Amino acid sequence: MSTPSSPYVHTAGSVTTVMLRVIYALLPGIAAYVWFFGWGVAVNIVFAVVVALVCEAGMLALRGRPLKPFLLDGSAAVTAVLLALALPSLAPWWMTLIGTAFAIIIAKQLYGGLGFNPFNPAMIGYVVLLISFPREMTLWLAPEMVSGHSMGETMSTNPIFGHLGGKGWEWINGLFLLGGLWLIYKKVISWHIPVTVLGSLALMAAVYFLIDRDLYASPLFHLFSGAAILGAFFIATDPVTASTTPRGRLYYGAGIGVFTYIIRTWGGYPDGIAFAVLLMNMAAPMIDYYTRPRVFGHKD
Amino acid sequence: MSDIAYSRIIRDGLWTNNPAFVQILGLCPLLAVSSNVVNGLSLGLATALTLALSNTIVSMVRHWVSDEIRIPVFVLVIACVVTAIELAMNVYLHELYKILGIFIPLIVTNCIVIARAEAFASRNTVTRACADGLFMGLGSMFALVLLGALREAIGQGTLFANAHLMFGDAAKGMTITLVEHYHGFLLAILPPGAFIGLGLLIAIKNMIDARLARRAMATVLVTHEAGWHA
Repeated sequence: MSTPSSPYVHTAGSVTTVMLRVIYALLPGIAAYVWFFGWGVAVNIVFAVVVALVCEAGMLALRGRPLKPFLLDGSAAVTAVLLALALPSLAPWWMTLIGTAFAIIIAKQLYGGLGFNPFNPAMIGYVVLLISFPREMTLWLAPEMVSGHSMGETMSTNPIFGHLGGKGWEWINGLFLLGGLWLIYKKVISWHIPVTVLGSLALMAAVYFLIDRDLYASPLFHLFSGAAILGAFFIATDPVTASTTPRGRLYYGAGIGVFTYIIRTWGGYPDGIAFAVLLMNMAAPMIDYYTRPRVFGHKD
Repeated sequence: MSDIAYSRIIRDGLWTNNPAFVQILGLCPLLAVSSNVVNGLSLGLATALTLALSNTIVSMVRHWVSDEIRIPVFVLVIACVVTAIELAMNVYLHELYKILGIFIPLIVTNCIVIARAEAFASRNTVTRACADGLFMGLGSMFALVLLGALREAIGQGTLFANAHLMFGDAAKGMTITLVEHYHGFLLAILPPGAFIGLGLLIAIKNMIDARLARRAMATVLVTHEAGWHA
């Protein structure tokens, strides 16, 4: 066996590798989603990916850019998958169409394509749908509704989870957690953002839970319900829109956790992670500016 | 300085120097009021009338207003004109006046009115100033109506809803319902829809201009070649 040649540092290299690994990490959670809630979400995901690729191809052609390298880099597909996961499985097809088209065309391509968008495209698409069609965005299923899969009894007798989080969602979020940890192990994302998002959310929830047990939900409930874990590992870590400096990432993640808790507890929407991510996206350039690392040889 | 041709004034006001699409002035009423066609049309007409009248008056007094105090004088003129129009609307178009609310008096602060007074009316003859004000106002109204139609069609699925507020009870049947039982796309009616719609309209206008320019270039090249061989 011959000695390998330099470079010896192994990281996830191209955009395609990174995006593929993100999709692999999402697969266990998606499988659990389909197990509990049926095939609706899988149809949504496939449809969203197709719409995303078509929109991206159209916009690239309009902008006079080469199609193949950008379509194959998988970033549009990841945006589509994340958006489809955020939508209820019963959402009509035109909602997925409008959300994905908006996310790719307006929130990504009109700003300059991959790497140039200031806001997370999947979250922009989700927020557009949430504001425009508030009724359809509430068509969530309960696991008991899906015939043949009533996991409610299983989970209520489980000693670890008990009545923790939404039924079915605890498992989905747990598998997303495993996927996210694998991404950190593979060095696709760094630990700073997920740890601070979940940590600040849990900390704030703990403080208020200790103040009044009956009024505020427990920290574990906040962590395993809704899109907190999906948001922490997959959405907030989007390298284009998140903060880039290590210290900046800590502040960025903390801000997301705090805002998520505030919107969840006192705001008008059930899950605040989308708005929290968008708000911190706005703040990311400023955070980056103030947390620039000291260059070697810098004079005070 | 030679007088500007009327054809150029008309073309500038409506297209090449359109207040909303090229100068991008007066965005506050444009974005806030253009949620449907009737609101856009009424405020556009009010703005056009204000522009014509204020340009005329400013042009009439331009020789007696000294440079140092010209801005307060212009604002005073515009405020008088807008007050008159607001009172008239309150009397004759009361329901519409209530819907438009604060945006009628806000025509005083509309940048396009004072911009035309300063840039054109204070330096040109009365008739030209009046024409410029009128056609700038019509250009602005064109933008308001177009954006209003777009937002109303996408957001509510109708056109000319509430037309009776402006044209009287006989116009109640004027509403065109484009899609039966339209679900409604709330984003188009909210402010983000206004910004995005305006951006798309400006993009379309630039596209049209580019295409016309390319066609004009091709014609020039063809005639040049033809002349070369002659």
